[in-house]
Amino acid sequence: MTAATTDLLTTPLHALHLEKGARMVPFAGYSMPVQYPAGLMAEHKHTREAAGLFDVSHMGQLRLVGPDAAAALEALMPVDVQGLGLHKQRYGLLLNEAGGILDDLMFVNRGEDLFLIVNGACKQADIAHIQQHIGQRCQVIPMPEQALLALQGPQAAAVLRRVAPAALELVFMTGKAVEIAGIPCYITRSGYTGEDGFEISVPGQQAESLARLLLAQPEVAPIGLGARNSLRLEAGLCLYGNDMDTATTPVEAALTWAIQKVRRSGGARAGGFLGADAVLGQLDHPSTLTRRRVGLIATERVPVREPAVLENLDGQQVGIITSGLLSPTLNQPIALGYVQPDYADADTELFAMVRGKPVPMKVAATPFVPTRYHRG
Amino acid sequence: MSIKFSKEHEWINTADTNAAVIGITVHAQDALGDVVFVDLPEVGASFNAGDVAGVVESVKAAADVYMPVTGEIVEVNEVLRADPSLANTDPLGAGWFFKVKLADVSQLDGLMEETAYNAFAQNN
Repeated sequence: MTAATTDLLTTPLHALHLEKGARMVPFAGYSMPVQYPAGLMAEHKHTREAAGLFDVSHMGQLRLVGPDAAAALEALMPVDVQGLGLHKQRYGLLLNEAGGILDDLMFVNRGEDLFLIVNGACKQADIAHIQQHIGQRCQVIPMPEQALLALQGPQAAAVLRRVAPAALELVFMTGKAVEIAGIPCYITRSGYTGEDGFEISVPGQQAESLARLLLAQPEVAPIGLGARNSLRLEAGLCLYGNDMDTATTPVEAALTWAIQKVRRSGGARAGGFLGADAVLGQLDHPSTLTRRRVGLIATERVPVREPAVLENLDGQQVGIITSGLLSPTLNQPIALGYVQPDYADADTELFAMVRGKPVPMKVAATPFVPTRYHRG
Repeated sequence: MSIKFSKEHEWINTADTNAAVIGITVHAQDALGDVVFVDLPEVGASFNAGDVAGVVESVKAAADVYMPVTGEIVEVNEVLRADPSLANTDPLGAGWFFKVKLADVSQLDGLMEETAYNAFAQNN
């Protein structure tokens, strides 16, 4: 252990991670489990075949309260917040004035509030940003007292059928307050693995009891951050800090699906958000784009990692890898990266330069592994 | 004892005086996690001690394999290339990386014995 690790924050499940033999690493200012003794590969496969329990308590949870909260949040995101139905969840993007992505987040319309889940490394900056821009229009209430667990995998629903049958009413991207063994939880049917699954917000003091109850179910194994990364990449999901950042717009990041029509040019509530000029300009004039995020897959079994350079068949640099690894499910290299728009079409052949050697890759549709969300 | 260890977490077995066998240590493979790929040098290539002669990758990370001694590669482990998980399951045996003809046997004196290496690895 280095001296720096003593400054790290811990989640309410820290003692449980150590008890389960986790290898702990610094992540977003926290000491977090990167893997348990079973190892990344076994944990990845377990999540795809059964159910994995992830501690994501380092992520930020907050509430926006007040009658103007939804309209106010629309000033910070190119997303339809006001039109989101009760107990429905949506993916959103906080933007800066240049249209760069400050963070990506999930939010739920709970009626009495908007419940936001943001990235751990960004949460302090997010809260300050939201407070600064819309703090006079609604209450911004951080929830550091809450822990967050994710139960992910094809057998996650079978587990909840046993311990929280009321949660089975949920479909993908909806939420509900549910008690589990007397513990008050707020459950959404969502996650970041591409599998059916649930994210469970729970009071920190009761998080360990809940985690022990879930881990006692035969389908459930603890899963670390290592497998969380390989699972999300197979699902084609962006990692903030790798695949998007403040210098990337949602259009460049191929996240235009998250920008509903109502906020686009010609929509009923078009624009009016930070970065609107830049983002709507790119949406209205796609020819101005200089790069675009794509998925890539290689046929040779050589892992291609960030920041490998992508070259065209003439040896000119046309892009860069932002996330890459050997897919445990496909046993092939998969990656996300940015390329010049001329090279963004599916099946375009490129070379990733790995230790000076070209590895042939093809632009590919994502997700790399089919998602299994429960849409009811 | 004919096995010595480097600070870069390689082992070298000089029981066969014609061709020393080099691999990564139990500690190294444990730190890397599930090994999924190895990049091995060309037979006939020569390296100085400290040069990068290969790469070992897990899903989560890539690590260089350094030459603990100066020498020429005389054989690489094609079985390991086909099944990189041998670096995890049998790092000191079937998971060896390559064999080297030593240029200067005295370089072995700069490497660690097992007890000293284990103490070193505990703290690194």
